[in-house]
Amino acid sequence: MAEYFHSVTLDKDACRGCITCVKRCPTEAIRVRDGKARIIAERCIDCGECIRVCPHHAKHAVTDPLSEIEKYKYKVVLPPPSLFGQYKRQEDLELIRAALCELGFDAVYEVAAAAELVSDATRRMLEEGELIKPVISSACPAVLRLIRIRFPHLLKNVLPLSAPMEVAARLAREKAVAVTGFKPEEIGIVFITPCPAKATAIKNPMGTEISGVDLAVSVSEIYPALLTAMNKCALEGTGPDTSQSGRMGLSWGNSGGEAAATFTVRYLAADGIENVIKVLEEMEDDRLADQDFVELNACPAGCVGGVLNIENPYVAATRMKHLRSYRPVACNNLSGDSVPKELLWDAEVAPIDALRLDPLPERSLEMMREIEKIEKSLYGLDCGSCGAPSCRALAEDIVLGFSTEDACIYLLKDKVDAVRSSMLSLKIDSRDKSGDK
Amino acid sequence: MSENSLHYHYVVPGDDFTRAGIASSAVKKTLKQLGIYPETVRKLSISLFEGEINMVIHADGGEIDVWIDDEKIVAELVDKGPGIENIELAMQEGWSTASEQVRGLGFGAGMGLPNMKKYSDELIIDSTVGVGTKVTLIVNIVK
Ligand SMILES: Nc1ncnc2c1ncn2[C@@H]1O[C@H](COP(=O)(O)OP(=O)(O)OP(=O)(O)O)[C@@H](O)[C@H]1O
Ligand code: SF4
Ligand SMILES: [Mg+2]
Repeated sequence: MAEYFHSVTLDKDACRGCITCVKRCPTEAIRVRDGKARIIAERCIDCGECIRVCPHHAKHAVTDPLSEIEKYKYKVVLPPPSLFGQYKRQEDLELIRAALCELGFDAVYEVAAAAELVSDATRRMLEEGELIKPVISSACPAVLRLIRIRFPHLLKNVLPLSAPMEVAARLAREKAVAVTGFKPEEIGIVFITPCPAKATAIKNPMGTEISGVDLAVSVSEIYPALLTAMNKCALEGTGPDTSQSGRMGLSWGNSGGEAAATFTVRYLAADGIENVIKVLEEMEDDRLADQDFVELNACPAGCVGGVLNIENPYVAATRMKHLRSYRPVACNNLSGDSVPKELLWDAEVAPIDALRLDPLPERSLEMMREIEKIEKSLYGLDCGSCGAPSCRALAEDIVLGFSTEDACIYLLKDKVDAVRSSMLSLKIDSRDKSGDK
Repeated sequence: MSENSLHYHYVVPGDDFTRAGIASSAVKKTLKQLGIYPETVRKLSISLFEGEINMVIHADGGEIDVWIDDEKIVAELVDKGPGIENIELAMQEGWSTASEQVRGLGFGAGMGLPNMKKYSDELIIDSTVGVGTKVTLIVNIVK
């Protein structure tokens, strides 16, 4: 298998090995070795938590530079709903749409428009009654990967629908081909990403073999240029409203928006990766069985809290509420009665076996005994000096062969103390002997 | 249990809802690392959680011992609470002595013990009024 691409990466020079990220990583995927943080690829879910907490700005998200769009003959940009909450003094969606074209894009396809189709499909599927409840949203790729690694049992509850970004990409390309007559590969589909998880999902899609998105440009990169373009467009005045989405699609940018659009009252929406984990733990033990739909977003407040955004998530959320109030309820519906198969997953989303100690059960048991033994011999301070998030994690690392007991500075000090005292007693011995002569 | 089994011990404080569930989630994590079949993990963590909550609600806390070997998971929950007067009655769905206050917290549906029965392969309850209760749960490991 080709190596898994992760958008979240480390700037070695900036990293001071302070263990802030090690302690905060929700999947214990980071260790400090030789003074620098390292990410354990199998465990990383690209949630961006380490980018958020690093005091030295050593963690960043790999995305595509905006200049890459020049490769394509016809460029379509996909703004996510959360982008509309990033700017002050913004009256309507049209201004951002016009400014995006000012930056060199030929067409705009709002992800919120595709989200309305996904909502429609979700409602139909809930009504048909063939989904296993509580149905878990599949839109946040960080959450989906977390489920694959840590809650494989819940994969059967995950909504088997493409995320709005993928649906938008597909529809945008079809439309562009029809308008221009160009070949599909001559069209560039560019997503403005609020998070590393989406950038990763484009390279390693889930639920489909190949992503329809060609490039992921970060909100933080496009932000200043877009602001300048918006100011220019505001002066010139924008044309008639051409925006494609209503309240329902735009509300997907906030936690709870997708769930509310299912029209069920029995829903739960959790945001922030720690809260998401708690909800999944409950679900795994059947304690949320009375819910129809569970929306989970890795970021606080939902995608408006994506780590590549500029604006404070709660400010952005409030602004979006205001923007939405001028919009119709929804602008997009599925035609026909059934859910078109283009919206459904066409590739399996399988569990990822990253927690198991060893493929052999007996061997796992043996290793676990060893881990318990080592853990008992450690001080239980969870200080992180060894580069692992806790004493328990160090014990696991030792047994897995990734670290040694000498990594623990307290055990090392004990060793040094023992050597010192045995050296002292050596001295006394030899003096005694010389006295004998 | 065989000598080689893993052993864990947990102290469950009484009347502390914020900490209830600690034993079951810790055991769950261990079982996942052992690569135990997910359905087995689920059975154990559902039933252990119910037992843990019962100790908090009805018995002012207690202690839990868990043993894991390659054939089964055994959990022993021991408390010095009021004991269960009529076990047969307690096992019935919907039967509960939980207070209004506890019901307000979403417990007291009388489903805990029936669920423990349903999700474990063996459930033994040994209780003496005024002395305490010992619940033994066994879940077999499917290979
Ligand atoms: N450890 C215990 N000590 C004393 N009494 C207990 C204990 N466990 C259960 N009981 C008694 O058995 C009854 C039934 O227990 P069960 O777990 O089935 O329901 P519940 O705890 O009342 O409600 P639920 O579990 O649905 O929240 C309890 O109401 C209580 O009277
Ligand atoms: S909540 Fe939204 S912004 Fe955050 S990781 Fe998930 S998809 Fe990305
Ligand atoms: Mg109970």
